[in-house]
Amino acid sequence: MEITLPVLIVGSVGLFFGIGLAIASKKLHVFTDPRISEILNILPNANCGACGYPGCSGFAKAVVEGKAEPTGCIPGGSKVANAIADILGVTTLLNEPMMAVVHCKGGKNEALEYSDYDGITDCNAAVLIGNGPKICQSGCLGLGTCVNACPFNAIFINNNGIAEVDPKKCTGCGKCVKACPRNIISLIPKVHKIFVACSNHDRGAKVKKYCSVGCTACTLCVKATPSGAISMENNLPVLDYSREENFITAAYKCPSNCFSDLVKFRPKANIDTKCDGCGECVAVCPVKDAIEGEKGTRHVIKKDRCIGCGICLNSCHVHAISLWGAGSVKS
Amino acid sequence: MESFASLIGISVSAIFISNFVLSRFLGLCPFLGVSKKISSAVGMGMAVIFVMVIASGFTWIINRFVLLRFDVEFLRTIVFILVIAALVQLVEMALQKYSPALYEALGIFLPLITTNCAVLGVALINTEINPITGLQFTFFETIVNGTMSGVGFMLALVLMAGLREKLELSNTPEILEGLPISFITAGLMALAFLGFAGLNFFA
Repeated sequence: MEITLPVLIVGSVGLFFGIGLAIASKKLHVFTDPRISEILNILPNANCGACGYPGCSGFAKAVVEGKAEPTGCIPGGSKVANAIADILGVTTLLNEPMMAVVHCKGGKNEALEYSDYDGITDCNAAVLIGNGPKICQSGCLGLGTCVNACPFNAIFINNNGIAEVDPKKCTGCGKCVKACPRNIISLIPKVHKIFVACSNHDRGAKVKKYCSVGCTACTLCVKATPSGAISMENNLPVLDYSREENFITAAYKCPSNCFSDLVKFRPKANIDTKCDGCGECVAVCPVKDAIEGEKGTRHVIKKDRCIGCGICLNSCHVHAISLWGAGSVKS
Repeated sequence: MESFASLIGISVSAIFISNFVLSRFLGLCPFLGVSKKISSAVGMGMAVIFVMVIASGFTWIINRFVLLRFDVEFLRTIVFILVIAALVQLVEMALQKYSPALYEALGIFLPLITTNCAVLGVALINTEINPITGLQFTFFETIVNGTMSGVGFMLALVLMAGLREKLELSNTPEILEGLPISFITAGLMALAFLGFAGLNFFA
């Protein structure tokens, strides 16, 4: 039989190496903590390196050895942190899901440049030459250093030449925050959709000369937020996201339109038949002429004027106002 | 002296004249995949040299004492794949146990090249007639050929990584950015290496 010999030879070579490998795996077995592979299974395995360790396996090892915190995996968020804590038998604090935002929206149409830049398409390189082409020293250069740094393809340069973050793709790993030579990217809690899209610390009159959407430090946003969640620091408003505040009024009041809102359509307020026409809502509404009605009759909200800030909800003593629309909020 | 000259001939031939990547077009996958950074290209190159040497030696023994003896040379490819795959596994385990430092350095690359065509290629080329001596490769010549083929692979990989690091910063037309310009570069490099083809300093 001609086939017997080849089959025998390949079979015996295979058997020889199979047995050899089996023996070797026993003899050369290296003890590894089973928790390491368990944790590795939970991790996102994107190997983004945001934890500071080389890849997910490095992080898993460090966590088991106690060198890293269970909350160290930023893309994994609280879900992964809790799962790791379960395996290790420790409790961990919930960390809020974060996302990156670019604090600038002065693109080609809004911000002036004093030169054309035609060098390496990298913000670090541009900054080396006269601190970049923009007159604003804290404006986004739009050359895509953050785009390259993002392991999740969540950042892109928009038509206006400004880096923009896709909130759906962003995991809040913070790599772009470190990559930006201008330091104008920061992480905000994902539940908040409003942020100040300006990082300029110059005084108002100076900013006005070179950027039409720059913060002039007029402090109108601070005045529009009675809860005190906005404070001025170095000619720039600082939003305190830990407070109960939606910042919608502040964004509306800003005369330079510096605030960016990631929500396109805010729910609008609606007054139902319980309204007795007391006029309280008209008094508190930050928008002029958004609520109409004679005293004593049912008031009507003009939908094209309403910004959906929800201030009127609490002012109504008969609870006649509610917010309608995407993700509507009941009074 | 004869054998020494033959070893030099084998080395030059393996590194330049029939460079594994740029003349034989084997192992193109890691050539484009792991050539973004010089540091990882060096790591990959070292791992390839390591595996090529071990695979050359082992497959020579198998070829001489099993395949030729039983007159079943047609099984060469399948048996070599089996041997190389098992061997790399074994080496990986041994490294993890006895030399964790080397394992950390080569660790990621070793499984990648287990079934690489360049490694199988060197094993198969070793079974051919040595063009310099006109005889079968001896065991020592096999080892030298394996090492130098690996060195040639590493040379191509490191050159490519150096070029790509520079390319990253240059102003490439948008349509060619990334892999397309790398392919063009690889093609030009292969053309340049074609210049070695006529080299024959034993004539």
